Amino acid sequence: MALKDITLGQYFPGTSLIHKLDPRTKILAVVLYIVALFLAKSFVTYLIMFGVLAVAVAVSKVPMRSLVRGMKPVVFILVFTAVINVFYTPGDHVLVKVWVLTVTMEGVWNAFFMVVRILMLISCTFLLTYTTSPILLTDGMEALMNPLKAIHVPVHELSMMMSIALRFIPTLIEETDKIMSAQRARGADFDGGNLIQRAKALIPLLVPLFISAFRRADELAVAMECRCYHGGEGRTRMRQLQYKTGDVVVLVAMLVIAVAVGILGFRGY
Amino acid sequence: MEAILETKKLSHIYSAGTPFERAALLDVDFTAYQGEYLGIIGHTGSGKSTLIQHLNGLLKPTSGQVLFQGTDIWRDAKTTRETRFQVGLVFQYPEYQLFEETIYKDIAFGPKNMGLSEDEVDRRVREAARFVGLKEEQLEKSPFELSGGQKRRVAIAGVIAMEPKVLILDEPTAGLDPVGVESILGNIRDYHEAHNATIILVSHSMEDVARTVDRLVVVNDGTLPYQGTPSEVFQHGQELEAMGLGVPQMTRVFNRLKGMGFDIGSSVFTIEQAKKAILDTLSTGGGT
Repeated sequence: MALKDITLGQYFPGTSLIHKLDPRTKILAVVLYIVALFLAKSFVTYLIMFGVLAVAVAVSKVPMRSLVRGMKPVVFILVFTAVINVFYTPGDHVLVKVWVLTVTMEGVWNAFFMVVRILMLISCTFLLTYTTSPILLTDGMEALMNPLKAIHVPVHELSMMMSIALRFIPTLIEETDKIMSAQRARGADFDGGNLIQRAKALIPLLVPLFISAFRRADELAVAMECRCYHGGEGRTRMRQLQYKTGDVVVLVAMLVIAVAVGILGFRGY
Repeated sequence: MEAILETKKLSHIYSAGTPFERAALLDVDFTAYQGEYLGIIGHTGSGKSTLIQHLNGLLKPTSGQVLFQGTDIWRDAKTTRETRFQVGLVFQYPEYQLFEETIYKDIAFGPKNMGLSEDEVDRRVREAARFVGLKEEQLEKSPFELSGGQKRRVAIAGVIAMEPKVLILDEPTAGLDPVGVESILGNIRDYHEAHNATIILVSHSMEDVARTVDRLVVVNDGTLPYQGTPSEVFQHGQELEAMGLGVPQMTRVFNRLKGMGFDIGSSVFTIEQAKKAILDTLSTGGGT
């Protein structure tokens, strides 16, 4: 199993314009992009959305191959969505009719747009995590969620939990790899057998993994307390987030694009 | 001597075809002989862990062959699986792989996977437990109640219970106190002698390796620059130093003494050997 190929939450260090943007800008831009993506209806609007993404990817200098590699886990969802859309979209232009399954022109287009939409959705969120270090990402999230403190949402704690979770993904993957090898060396078989056998085979992997996760959590908690961590109250930051001209430009541009796509989409383009 | 485990032109490249491509092993010809006590040394990242994971088929070579008793272990899936039982591998910090409710069940995991009869599994579990010094009444306890050192014994017993012909241990003494180190090394020697098994001990501690093994293989940057008896290998003191390994302290002292013109034995790794060598030299009136 190629666990090391998992690209979830991976960060590619770089110095491109996109890397340098404020994390809050990038998060907001991604949110706007996703909203616009769902307002897009047809060719014109999809083309605009694709253009925005293409420019962003080109500027970020994230290798295309990494983006494609990240898509692998969603291939199943893509195929599933496409099939469902092809067969279950009612329409007038029937292309093929076999038994109860009808393929319409509208269905094919629907499937096409749906797949493109999901691909772009994933690409833009990948671009966010590829170009933003996990620390900046959670800093940005925390800053954006700050207003929620007024209604007693533990914003700082939530973002701390998130950064810890992100931080430990690679560690846990490595740990999983190690335990798998160790149990394989004792003859464990993770790939063969029927569903029940496979589920059972996971016990020698999951038990040690959970134990080690709890142990790590415990150690981390002690280490944090040793350094007098006591939550967000009165805590200052080493990295201060600051909007620059570029951030304003990107946000305004993204907002204009989103509104434009919204209007165009509403009119059916 | 008869070779039991061999690699021929073994190369392994991690993440081949990506920007992260890195060769961990390059054309390695490695041989372990039947019944020997072999040491593998190399610093972190030298490729020693990659090498041992090839020896029981956990990693597949990018190119080259791994032969167990003359048969390519990747010939078919069955051979690979069989090899894993014949070549037992104890990972670093093996205590973190325990998972069963009782020590007995955990040790029995390997033998059960081999498809042995219940009586045979029972015999092997008890024998393995005895080898690592676990008491009979401990077997029904949970492994998670034990201390770190005891857990490691259970984990090692879990591999010994498969009665492998070759037993590979990756840093089995890491993080143990001196008493724990001695007793684990003793357990391993007992198994070596009782079963005439080939032992491969991986370590970066020259002191530990020098006084236990018959033969030594040095791994550096994915190649094997030196092989031979510890005293042969330690002739290359300066080169080893450059690899970040160095020779045992006593050996270094004696190499210096020799350099100063004293006629004194050079295969000295421990304080006991040093004492003997000095006394011998004094009694024969050697030196200047």
